[in-house]
Amino acid sequence: MLRLMTLIALLWTLAVPVTAQEATDTSRAATGGAQTLEDILRRQEGQVIDDSFRSDLTGNPDLAAPTTEQLGTLGGASDPDLWRAFRYSTADITTQDRGPATKTLIQDGGMWWLLFREGPLLKMAAYLLGGTVLALALFYLIRGRIKIDGEKTGRTITRFKAFERFGHWLLATSFLILGLTGLISLIGRKVLIPAFGHDAFSFLAIGSKWVHNNVSWAFIVALFIIFFVWVVHNIPDRTDLHWLSKAGGLLGGSHPPAKKFNAGQKMIFWAVIILGGSISVSGISLLFPFEFNMFGHTFSTLNSWGVPGWFGMTELPYPLQPQEEMQYAQLWHAIVSLVLTAIIFAHIYLGSVGMEGAFDAMGKGEVEEQWAREHHSIWAAEVLEAKSSKSETS
Amino acid sequence: MKAFLFSLVALIVISVGANQLLVEIGPSSADASTSAQNVRLSD
Repeated sequence: MLRLMTLIALLWTLAVPVTAQEATDTSRAATGGAQTLEDILRRQEGQVIDDSFRSDLTGNPDLAAPTTEQLGTLGGASDPDLWRAFRYSTADITTQDRGPATKTLIQDGGMWWLLFREGPLLKMAAYLLGGTVLALALFYLIRGRIKIDGEKTGRTITRFKAFERFGHWLLATSFLILGLTGLISLIGRKVLIPAFGHDAFSFLAIGSKWVHNNVSWAFIVALFIIFFVWVVHNIPDRTDLHWLSKAGGLLGGSHPPAKKFNAGQKMIFWAVIILGGSISVSGISLLFPFEFNMFGHTFSTLNSWGVPGWFGMTELPYPLQPQEEMQYAQLWHAIVSLVLTAIIFAHIYLGSVGMEGAFDAMGKGEVEEQWAREHHSIWAAEVLEAKSSKSETS
Repeated sequence: MKAFLFSLVALIVISVGANQLLVEIGPSSADASTSAQNVRLSD
């Protein structure tokens, strides 16, 4: 009997919490205006919640009893009210420091940025760069080196003058250095510190930061040089459509005609100019923090056009706190740099092991006449004609 | 390869020169995000 009674008591005690859980009212009214279980679940999934119940709860000095009265307080806001006002940047803060972001004491967006930076962004970097290298290796195994089809003439023609090659190499070397030091900064905390320890990484991080910040100017200078030197040759025209329809000779076997730069090279050129330009601007905004903001105004404009709605997204955040501007600039800088790096990997492959005779164009400035006839037939014909007419007149 | 070697020299000159110039002018990202040393702790 005693055992039976114990069993009934045990079942009863277990049943009470179950019924209590079923009966829980999850509406906001039931929580006295505080967050509900649904709010917590949405927040854990990173979804937007209406947290006005918290952001608006910052006290009301007008309702406070005067300090002269018995129950008078030093204001109508409690400590939690004050901290909430700090968190939502609604507190009336006075500081002797006149820096641009000194009035933001708590910044929620920082956690989202940190988690994205240490998780999805690193995965994206690994997949994008690793995937590109694998794809190029696969292409090499299937297609092999693109060789000069015809018989070599032993004669060369000038492809790039010394100043063009100087601009190219300045851009190339600065980009590779920036890419490497940028990756060290990006993956340092997550990958390099666990692998080499804090002390070794500290030395590496300080050095790579100095190099990254200062070599960036060489990259910007080189970007201007190659833009002004090559923009004339990179304006899209009809020959590009034909070149693209033949996939540059991959389809149909024969080499489609091309001018000084074929459509593929033009695409690389504009990718470098546009993405490199964007990386430079976002880099300068990171180099001089809080001096100029790129994202708040852009987000506001996109919202006013309804662009996020086209993709089923909620409105982009606006206004942004100064630190958020920097966080978005960092993400943009990293993502665009990774995309450009993947493109440059393909460019390096084709300019070196991928194609016979291609490296000479930048290495020596002179290319085999037959190579020029096959890959840039229109340009080669123009150069050879000018050469022959010059020799005739002399 | 002269162009390549010149580009390396230019890269070093531009990088060191830019650093010296910025140090001389004096903008500091650290100053922009940290408070001054003479923080007033009380009224």
